Amino acid sequence: MSIVRAIGRFAYDFVIGDDWKIAAAVVSALLVGALLLVAGVPAVAVVLVTAGLVAAAFTAAMVIDVRR
Amino acid sequence: MAHHAVWGLVLATFVAAFVEFVEALTIVLAMGLTRGWRSALAGTGAALVALAGFTAVVGYALATWLPRSALQLVVGVLLLIFGLQWLRKAILRSAGLKAQHDETQEYREQTQAARAAGEQRRFGLDWFGFVVSFKGVFLEGVEVVFIVITFGLNAGNVPVAAASALVAGLVVAAAGVVASRPLSAVPENTLKYAVGLLLATYGTFWSVEGLGVLHGGRSLEWPGGDLALPVVLAGWLVLSRILVTVLPKVRAREKVGA
Repeated sequence: MSIVRAIGRFAYDFVIGDDWKIAAAVVSALLVGALLLVAGVPAVAVVLVTAGLVAAAFTAAMVIDVRR
Repeated sequence: MAHHAVWGLVLATFVAAFVEFVEALTIVLAMGLTRGWRSALAGTGAALVALAGFTAVVGYALATWLPRSALQLVVGVLLLIFGLQWLRKAILRSAGLKAQHDETQEYREQTQAARAAGEQRRFGLDWFGFVVSFKGVFLEGVEVVFIVITFGLNAGNVPVAAASALVAGLVVAAAGVVASRPLSAVPENTLKYAVGLLLATYGTFWSVEGLGVLHGGRSLEWPGGDLALPVVLAGWLVLSRILVTVLPKVRAREKVGA
């Protein structure tokens, strides 16, 4: 295996880990938060809504994981 | 930095580093006892030197090139993913949906692999023992370095974070010298659950604050500032306990339906 592939694999294992759905859940929730912020939603509301979205997305990822 | 925030930093880095060091120690002990201490310790030493270089480069790059809110967003996202991966495993184990992590079993597997491996010597060292020890210490060490840098930079106190990790390393090393066997008495699953909660809490806090990079570059403020941290921690704890209760029922219903 080339060094580049080995580093890429290490980075994937390190950041994404065993379940890619967790990373997808986190990024999706924060993207929605970013869109709300850019759309002019008050910062305090964005903070609370984004935190709730992270929790909801994590829950969804866990349920999908267990149902498979 | 507020007093409670310092203790939160100390606790989070100590526990997280402790768990990683136990895993590294298990690998080094397995190599030392089966392939020889010279190679195992040489691999450990080489990994520590490589880690020092890695830490200097990454730490300098993060601290120098990124504005505070961007730093919070980047490391917050990584920490959150990292923490939720740990929490996912801890929830599945607590719910009985995944086997408990067992350091004794890990040690047994490592020693069997070490005995089965052939003899190959380079630079006067048993190469298998050297490489496996190096990889184990370096990979677990990178996780510790990552936690120390992110926690330390965000809390504005890298020395305290580094000192906590160092103390954790010394405690584990001392226990390893005394016991010379895997630290299976350490309730690792419980520790991993706690670390997952802490990483998820800080990751949530910082990643959301870091969204401010899109809002004039200034970090967003949580209601109550740092006092929101225990509330976020309580939120993750409650959600995880609910999932531990509910997920087995979801699995059972799925099996009945299949």
